[in-house]
Amino acid sequence: MTAIMKREFASYFTSPLGYVYLAVFYGFSGLFLWMTCLSASSADMAAVFLWMFFIMMILIPILTMRTMADDKRQKTDQLTLTSPVSLFGLVAGKFLAAFFIFLIGAAIMLIYALGLAAAVNNSGSGAVFNWAGFFGNFVGIVLMGSVFISAGIFISSLTENQMIAAIGSIGVNILLCLFDIISNFVTVPFLKNIINALSVLYKYQEFTYGIFSLKNILFFLSLIVIFNFLTMRVIERRRWS
Amino acid sequence: MIEVKNLSKSYGSKLAVDGISFTAGESEILGFLGPNGAGKSTTMNMLTGYLSSSGGQALINGVDILEDPVRAKKDIGYLPELPPLYLDMTVMEYLNFVYDLKKCKLPRKSHLNEICSLVKITDVSRRVIRNLSKGYKQRVGLAQALVGNPKVLILDEPTVGLDPKQIIEIRTLIKKLGRNHTVILSSHILSEVQAVCDKIVVIDKGRLVANDTTEHLSHNLSADHKLTVQIEGPMKEVKALLEQIPEMQEVHLNRTIDNTIGEYELNAVEGCDIRREVFKRMAARNYPILLMRSSELTLEEIFLKLTTGDFYGNTDNGGARK
Repeated sequence: MTAIMKREFASYFTSPLGYVYLAVFYGFSGLFLWMTCLSASSADMAAVFLWMFFIMMILIPILTMRTMADDKRQKTDQLTLTSPVSLFGLVAGKFLAAFFIFLIGAAIMLIYALGLAAAVNNSGSGAVFNWAGFFGNFVGIVLMGSVFISAGIFISSLTENQMIAAIGSIGVNILLCLFDIISNFVTVPFLKNIINALSVLYKYQEFTYGIFSLKNILFFLSLIVIFNFLTMRVIERRRWS
Repeated sequence: MIEVKNLSKSYGSKLAVDGISFTAGESEILGFLGPNGAGKSTTMNMLTGYLSSSGGQALINGVDILEDPVRAKKDIGYLPELPPLYLDMTVMEYLNFVYDLKKCKLPRKSHLNEICSLVKITDVSRRVIRNLSKGYKQRVGLAQALVGNPKVLILDEPTVGLDPKQIIEIRTLIKKLGRNHTVILSSHILSEVQAVCDKIVVIDKGRLVANDTTEHLSHNLSADHKLTVQIEGPMKEVKALLEQIPEMQEVHLNRTIDNTIGEYELNAVEGCDIRREVFKRMAARNYPILLMRSSELTLEEIFLKLTTGDFYGNTDNGGARK
């Protein structure tokens, strides 16, 4: 697992992919920080996180599109799958590599928060920076990003074509967040309950209010596990087909 | 070392490999021969655990590849048809990655350096794989298979895309490796298998058609009682003379050279040596024999014979080899 993770992680920086991802992430987060906080003299980063949430929906598939598809296209899966590495190790390695890149990106939020907190403290108004709100948002975005990563890896395992993987993952991410809206149009109470239970956006919003509920954390963790498990099944199934 | 029992693989309704069995012992080089699409790569992919089998068993050092894949894979070095290279890495980075991937315990630096000098890639070890020539990529692929010094090496067409000099080098290397590894080598180049392997397994359309030692296979199928001769003299008469030899079964006129020389394919009763008789009869009539050789089958012919069940073509065209 470590070998795969290290290689995958390094591969983000031997190609432009990692740099482009980080540049776009930093660029947009900076832009939104300026738009919603700096120019409005506000220390509430909730809007920055919300904007970044939508950017991530499109950006993370770019990060994950290669993970499995490229291995299949270049036949390097013949190396990884014939090495003494378990399927779990393979998928976990790839997931963690993408996750760390994502984390390097998301860490910029922490720097912004420290800056804003310092500004708030120095303003002399006696106000304090809302750290609970910030960490709610931060944990929310990390969990949400992880879900997007695992979904992206899963879609990538279904195809050899990176573009298809990217577009498919964006579709899945949008769908994941559309459940809330879809449920509004469902009149059958039973179905409505199911769709509401699957709703990602609603649970994410709870984090942004600074609410850490174990139920929601478990929900996101389960999604991550399920997508990674599905990826393992796809690879396993290919061997048996 | 490698035991394959009744291994099958079907893709949907298509049976790609149909119950093949063979074994390869320690320090043995086994050649895996078959036309394109015979099921060579599929079989190798099953042996290495890349594909699962639909039936039968593949044991690597007594470990079933499906039951305990991680343990079985530890003993395998695999070079697939297309070397599995990460093009964005340098050769050394790549080999280091494979070293970690295989959880190798040998001293890293000396082991990797040894492999590099063995496959002669030391001078490109700092270069990015993408920029290497096909021959070098193939060697890096081979180097990757050697990492961890696995007991079993499975090489799928290892010399494909190499120039003649490189081919000879790689063959020599494989022969050297065969002294202390079990090597399975697939190829459709028959001379390669003949030159390198101790044992040959021939498959066609997923079925095993031969499994024997290289010498045995040539010997069994070749025959001293089959001769090719070139004789100068009137062809009809020569042919009639040859047919008069009691042990003679068939005489084919293969072709004529300069209208005076005929090339004949002689087929006598098995176990009979007719060379002296041919000489005597031709000498008596003063028809010079310009060439005489026993039709020792080349692997190409053995191969065709095994896969098509036919050695001579139809007799209408003078018995030309099919």
